[in-house]
Amino acid sequence: MLRDEDRIFTNLYGWFDWGLEGARKRGDWSTTKEILSRSPEDIVEDVKNSGLRGRGGAGFPTGVKWSFMPKEVKDKPHYLVVNADESEPGTCKDREIIRNDPHKLVEGCLIAGYSMRACAAYIYIRGEFYAEAVRLQAAIDQAYEAGLIGKNACGSGYDFDVFLHRGAGAYICGEETALLESLEGKKGQPRLKPPFPAGVGLYGCPTTVNNVESIAVVPEILRRGFQWFADLGRPKNSGTKLFCISGHVENPCNVEEEMGIPLRELLEKHCGGVIGGWDNLLAVIPGGSSVPMMPKAVCDDVLMDFDSLREVGAGLGTAAVIVMNKQTDIVRAIARLSYFYKHESCGQCTPCREGTGWMYRVMDRLCRGEAEVEEIDALYQVTKQIEGHTICALGDAAAWPIQGLLRHFRPEVERRIAARKAGQPVLEAAE
Amino acid sequence: MPKLTVNGVEVEVPAGASVLQACEEAGAEVPRFCYHERLSIAGNCRMCLVEMERSPKPVASCAMPAGDGMVIRTDTDIVKRAREGVMEFLLINHPLDCPICDQGGECDLQDQAMAFGHHSSRYDENKRAVEDKHMGPLVNTIMTRCIHCTRCVRFSTEVAGVTDMGLLGRGENAEITTYLEKALDSELSANVIDLCPVGALTSKPYAFVARPWELRKTETIDVMDALGSNIRVDTRGSEVLRVLPRLHEEVNEEWISDKTRYACDGLKRQRLDRPYLRKDGKLQPVSWDDAFAAIAAKLKGLKGAEIAAVAGDTVDVESMFALKGLMTGLGSPNLDCRQDGAKLDAMTRAGYLFNATIAGIEDADAILIVGANPRWDAAVLNARIRKRWLAGGLKVGVIGAPVDLTYSYDHLGAGPQTLSEVADGKNAFASVLKDAKKPMIILGMGALTREDGAAVLATARKIAESTGMLVPASKDADGNEIPAWNGFSVLHTAASRVGGLDLGFLPGKGGADVAGMLDGASKGKIKAVYLLGADEIDTQRLGDAFVIYQGHHGDRGAHRADVILPGAAYTEKDGLYVNTEGRVQMALRASFPPGEAREDWAIVRALSAHLGAALPYDSLEQLRAALRKSNEVFTEIDIAPQAVWGPFGAEGSMSETGFGTTIENFYMTDPISRASLTMAECTEVFVLPKQNRTGTEG
Repeated sequence: MLRDEDRIFTNLYGWFDWGLEGARKRGDWSTTKEILSRSPEDIVEDVKNSGLRGRGGAGFPTGVKWSFMPKEVKDKPHYLVVNADESEPGTCKDREIIRNDPHKLVEGCLIAGYSMRACAAYIYIRGEFYAEAVRLQAAIDQAYEAGLIGKNACGSGYDFDVFLHRGAGAYICGEETALLESLEGKKGQPRLKPPFPAGVGLYGCPTTVNNVESIAVVPEILRRGFQWFADLGRPKNSGTKLFCISGHVENPCNVEEEMGIPLRELLEKHCGGVIGGWDNLLAVIPGGSSVPMMPKAVCDDVLMDFDSLREVGAGLGTAAVIVMNKQTDIVRAIARLSYFYKHESCGQCTPCREGTGWMYRVMDRLCRGEAEVEEIDALYQVTKQIEGHTICALGDAAAWPIQGLLRHFRPEVERRIAARKAGQPVLEAAE
Repeated sequence: MPKLTVNGVEVEVPAGASVLQACEEAGAEVPRFCYHERLSIAGNCRMCLVEMERSPKPVASCAMPAGDGMVIRTDTDIVKRAREGVMEFLLINHPLDCPICDQGGECDLQDQAMAFGHHSSRYDENKRAVEDKHMGPLVNTIMTRCIHCTRCVRFSTEVAGVTDMGLLGRGENAEITTYLEKALDSELSANVIDLCPVGALTSKPYAFVARPWELRKTETIDVMDALGSNIRVDTRGSEVLRVLPRLHEEVNEEWISDKTRYACDGLKRQRLDRPYLRKDGKLQPVSWDDAFAAIAAKLKGLKGAEIAAVAGDTVDVESMFALKGLMTGLGSPNLDCRQDGAKLDAMTRAGYLFNATIAGIEDADAILIVGANPRWDAAVLNARIRKRWLAGGLKVGVIGAPVDLTYSYDHLGAGPQTLSEVADGKNAFASVLKDAKKPMIILGMGALTREDGAAVLATARKIAESTGMLVPASKDADGNEIPAWNGFSVLHTAASRVGGLDLGFLPGKGGADVAGMLDGASKGKIKAVYLLGADEIDTQRLGDAFVIYQGHHGDRGAHRADVILPGAAYTEKDGLYVNTEGRVQMALRASFPPGEAREDWAIVRALSAHLGAALPYDSLEQLRAALRKSNEVFTEIDIAPQAVWGPFGAEGSMSETGFGTTIENFYMTDPISRASLTMAECTEVFVLPKQNRTGTEG
């Protein structure tokens, strides 16, 4: 269990002042000038060594991502874009950072921006986060007023601006290139890669897009030294992580924990355990809606980090742990997720546009058992036809929950079909 | 030059090429829907997925730049399954109404479903239905068939330069539409029909008319403007059913204007299908012999100077050559092919050609447009300017009417005064031209069809000479040839004009031009006028002259005529046309002229015998031999020549009136388009509302 002194987000629950004064008391902005006196390469090297992996879901090493930026600013400015379009069902970590510890993010923008020679950071915040946008803007204004950002940020001689942009609430705008399109004022549709944003990003300039949490932890890593962060967790899965636990637990919560904590420990220490006891657990979606679920047998001893979860066919994603006990209508739950992806598909590329609707319609029938057994295999094939064939990862995200369901709960699906055929009532959980 | 391996075959492709192009180079077929060479890359259909070594997922080959050492496979199981999967997705919501679809038989989706698809569908849900959209009189929409490739959207925004089209909604509810279902307001709009890989956008006038395999296809040349767009005319029996573009990189790429495409229904209406003779004030049908006899009787005893001939805008070179021969035989110096009175002379060929060439626009870095509206004068050429402008680094200045050209430009002024300023280096744009490596001036008919046209021409010539538009051929440091550049470019609007000027279908010594002829006719000095397809002159001023009209449509000229000799329209005869660049192109006959109508050169030849001035050729081949002998430009087909610079124009004073435009209605410029119902509909939708605007519509 994470020791209190190792916590980064010490105001996660909003018990203290969110403003500049409170942030300073918690240590934010304390040695920013010294950090900025180091060379950008040095900072990137530290972030690399800390083992920080992107907190937005894919888990790409943050320092490595930063090192893709051109080493010199040529004819085009560099930008840092912060993805605060937190829309993944189940995920609510960035919102708490912005609400209660916004200065961590603003300071992180400055340091990350400096290390990539960016002239500005654009924070793209989800449209529904109105109060959070107001709060974050207030924090940015405080930082400007105190001379922490803007011209000669923190007295370092470096000029850096931070802009806040509110989205309009489309899930797809959380995809980094769709976010850039949207930020440019266009329709939020993912771009083709290559070229990658580090070469051609916002307004055609070199850009790095990072998650809020990835940026917000950077100042603390640099202050405490990369070794401290690297020593937490497991090799290649180091540091602390915000977990958002929702669903059938006694006490759903956001909590900062060490990477690699056993799932059972996470649920029982912080959330009061699964409703009805551990044996009442049915399945867990460990990383937000787009990750395949794990049945209880896997949950028993799985560790919560990128590589352990990948090994069991799931993924850490955004670390939004959705707990489902045996009350859950698991087929209906996944059908609901399918509806979400059908609704949020941007419609640009064929497999996702056509496939998400197809999957949802089949899932909807499977809930009631109105299908043939062969359709289960057809559905699985459809998910395979979408996966990996689309421009962005939304196609994969739509396919994986269904693959997870069919992998682990196929008997339940078949039971419903059989019941329907036998003229028996198909038992579904009440909504 | 990256080298890569495709299915074990090593290929080398130019830098910047895509994997898809490399696959084609290696002979591996890659199916695609959204990819189009002339449009930006969308990568959204996912049909072109191929397997790439070291990539965990198949990659969209259209969007992946070819890199050195890539190993690509298009023949693996993964690729096959990816294609089948995408094909299945495309078809689940496609109505599969091929039997009633106009695209049937020339449908990419149909063809590729046969080649790459499953044999049956597993989709049992209801199919999506999409409401059809209104896109104007030309484009028919059956939006349920749409596969969202966005070719049409990219064409209209990138090539046509109108932002009317787009994809609304998202996910499976995404729909292609024009904003608020407004008609697609572009002269190039119907090209989206060719681009649409399925039957979502089809041709409205051609709806349910024919199947592609019923058609006879003739590759020929368009005459609706002076570009000489390469077209394919599809006929069934004697009827021209549709006109499609043909690829010609140096002329029209693969676009044609809506007029080129849709004026063809005018070929069926208002046709002159037999000779007529005015008897007792009324035109009455007669036989060819009677018509010729009547002409012979009228012309007998007339002096050469009392006879005049005008050649129209869509006439082929051969018939003008024959008529010129006939007039010479009759001793008449009164010849003119410039119906609009353009003050062009034939002193120097470079003085009336689009010397920079149409493809040369892509090399230009500064363009001065004078008295032209390229969007209407030559819509496809305007798209070429826009293409160059999009590539960046092009400065455009306009002297004349400030119209929407689909690219931004500096409006320098309205008339000759500004032109003089540029010529004298007093206007800032003069230095833009001087600093440019390949500057161009596009001189439109609006600047030349005026009293002071010759002086304007001379001033433009001065600009060309003083701003370095004439760059001789040279060699670079490595000894490579750098071709010469001549930026002086006249943009004609009449398909026959350059041919006529090349032939010298111009007033001879002491002869009258069109204005002089009309004067002479109204004063009774000219007693007989031969109109060869000439309808754009003021027929009211022909006075009591005996008018012979030879042409294919009952238009202005025929109404005034005393004798009508029915000729052939451009799809009905073999003929040569010289486009605005001076490129000689050969048109081929797609169908036969209606009724008793005949090919034009043959009519003139037959008449010449009746008049006792028989022309010395009996076949088109003999005529062409004589033509080639008379002017060597006709010896080479489809070459844009580099004409030699020389004197032309005439110094003189210029009026202060601004340059106008010669085309008032893009959709109706000649007898064929005036007879076309489709063009009438376009006029009503696109032109009249703008002309009748009162300013209070909101």
